Amino acid sequence: MSIFLDNNSRIIVQGMTGAEGMKHTRRMLAGGSNIVGGVNPRKAGETVDVDGTALPVFGTVAEAMAATGANVSVIFVPPAFAKSAIIEAIDAHIPLAVAITEGIPVHDTAEAWAYNVSKGEKTRLIGPNCPGIISPGKSNAGITPWDIAPAGPIGLVSKSGTLTYQMMFELRGIGISTAIGIGGDPVIGTTHIDALAAFEADPETKAIVLIGEIGGDSEEKAAAYIKANVTKPVVAYVAGFTAPEGKTMGHAGAIVSGSAGTAQAKKEAFEAAGVKVGKTPSETAALMREVYASL
Amino acid sequence: MDLFEYQARDLFEAYGVPVLQGLIADTPEEARDAAAKIGGVVVVKAQVQVGGRGKAGGVKVVKSPEEAFEKASDILGLDIKGHVVKRVMIAQGASIEKEFYFSVLLDRSNRTFLSLCSVEGGMEIEQLAVERPDALAKIAVDAVEGITPEKALAIAKAGGFNDELAAKVAPVFVKLWNVFKSEDATLVEVNPLVLTTDGDIVALDGKVSLDENADFRHTDREEVSIAKVDPLEAKAKALGLNYVKLDGQVGVIGNGAGLVMSTLDVVAYAGEKHGGVKPANFLDIGGGASAEVMANGLDVILNDPQVKSVFVNVFGGITACDAVANGIVGALETLGASASKPLVVRLDGNNVVEGRRILAEYAHPLVTVVETMDEAADKAAELANK
Repeated sequence: MSIFLDNNSRIIVQGMTGAEGMKHTRRMLAGGSNIVGGVNPRKAGETVDVDGTALPVFGTVAEAMAATGANVSVIFVPPAFAKSAIIEAIDAHIPLAVAITEGIPVHDTAEAWAYNVSKGEKTRLIGPNCPGIISPGKSNAGITPWDIAPAGPIGLVSKSGTLTYQMMFELRGIGISTAIGIGGDPVIGTTHIDALAAFEADPETKAIVLIGEIGGDSEEKAAAYIKANVTKPVVAYVAGFTAPEGKTMGHAGAIVSGSAGTAQAKKEAFEAAGVKVGKTPSETAALMREVYASL
Repeated sequence: MDLFEYQARDLFEAYGVPVLQGLIADTPEEARDAAAKIGGVVVVKAQVQVGGRGKAGGVKVVKSPEEAFEKASDILGLDIKGHVVKRVMIAQGASIEKEFYFSVLLDRSNRTFLSLCSVEGGMEIEQLAVERPDALAKIAVDAVEGITPEKALAIAKAGGFNDELAAKVAPVFVKLWNVFKSEDATLVEVNPLVLTTDGDIVALDGKVSLDENADFRHTDREEVSIAKVDPLEAKAKALGLNYVKLDGQVGVIGNGAGLVMSTLDVVAYAGEKHGGVKPANFLDIGGGASAEVMANGLDVILNDPQVKSVFVNVFGGITACDAVANGIVGALETLGASASKPLVVRLDGNNVVEGRRILAEYAHPLVTVVETMDEAADKAAELANK
């Protein structure tokens, strides 16, 4: 088992024929993901050969789903067109849409999210501005290198791409059920809590690592959720203790405004919920190894 | 990006939000001319992006152009909480009957927008929220539907406006929503929104923050040229680097925003054992750490006179460690003698063995390769403290 993504995932790529889309379609295929086609209205009807795999290009997500049975879309389209791409995926009722694109205006994401809510949230959106989701040994929808860590019992949810990779690497001796990068933007689809709920319900996930960073209150809400609902052990890490107020640290959402969104407040919220918090990624991984050894 | 008050005023005016006359002045002479042009009682207002300017002496009511000259002389150059006043706005005086509060902002916690409204304005909104929470209405605004005339009336009534006043302010709320939506703002705040003794509604002071991700559809925007910009940050921006200047001694380069933020923390912890040295900057070179990007990054950091050592922290994901190592070698070749500070390099992940081999073979006297992030931070802090 794993969450949101598994052996049955049939993936299409919106923006497959662009440079980034093609590069990562190739990588996903090499890692064993079942990529069944791409979407680009200007190249509908064409077939693209990707390292020996012939991938059909469709005009819309709905057509691609009808023809291939796709149930996952990975979105690589540029920021100016990302809102339309996400809304198209929502209109097609695709169960999972993973938006990798960085730099989408927050009004566009907020509108796409409001649209998804108004349509009954039939689509799980991951991202935007994220590395995607990987269930090692099963499927990879996004840009996470597929060979960092093998399949195993640790669920990982993180706002940051490279910290996800770092943590998977540190825990490669135990292995990962699913790693989700939820993204560093102010408005995102899947939250820490959504991932926690799914990991709690997943029989193969035995323990959970949560990685947060400054900005917003997603970590504080996750801490409260863990206290009330999660029985599996959770270890957390928060980045950005040294970030000054009012400066955006790389991610559009990583900003401390006044007393809100500080790393210290998030750490205290986790500790109050009984969650161990590592000072560094290595210490966090060491805490998880201890927790796992005692299970 | 936060706008100055005068920029917010101009934006409001362009969208039909009622504002008073306002002219900018960078010298006392310009202030005198502006006051003469507007006529009557005017207010000289410091243009700084920090609260509490009134208490700091940055806002003065004057009755003549000569007095405007005098007060502008006092205010220009004034240091308000670390912000030096470089520009003032000369604003038409208003005869105020009542003060209100209105804002619309991004509510990231609920993944939507939020309007805050109160018939009791004039004070800091944080203070109102604490002292009189019932007086401050918080109404969710749907990102697709926005603030319609009906919604605006509902917001006004929730904020405590009576029917007559609500009918007057609601059309202004709709126009402020238009500013928020059409300009891709994350905050539009009017404090105070006032009722004048003549019975008019006027936005007397405004705050606007814009989403830089949306710059591509606002290509006509003027640069906020008088903002306090660090010269190293300006240089990094010109090179397309994601850089934030901090106040420490250990330069930091890494790939990925989260990893770099984490690196700053790890350096600060390590610094506690080494004379309290701290990270000197945030610099994310992103996924593709080419030799050119690495050279540009090192160039910016090595030009920071505060930097005593540099910590290069890369996890090879999409970009393999051998490519990063070649990037570092290429950067050192490009920089030559101008690379004069010790570099501690930590590589992990994709193709790490080859990456470390390349750096070992290059054997540059300034480069130390360390295996883990924590040990590398410790080494960089130690070198910065020498």
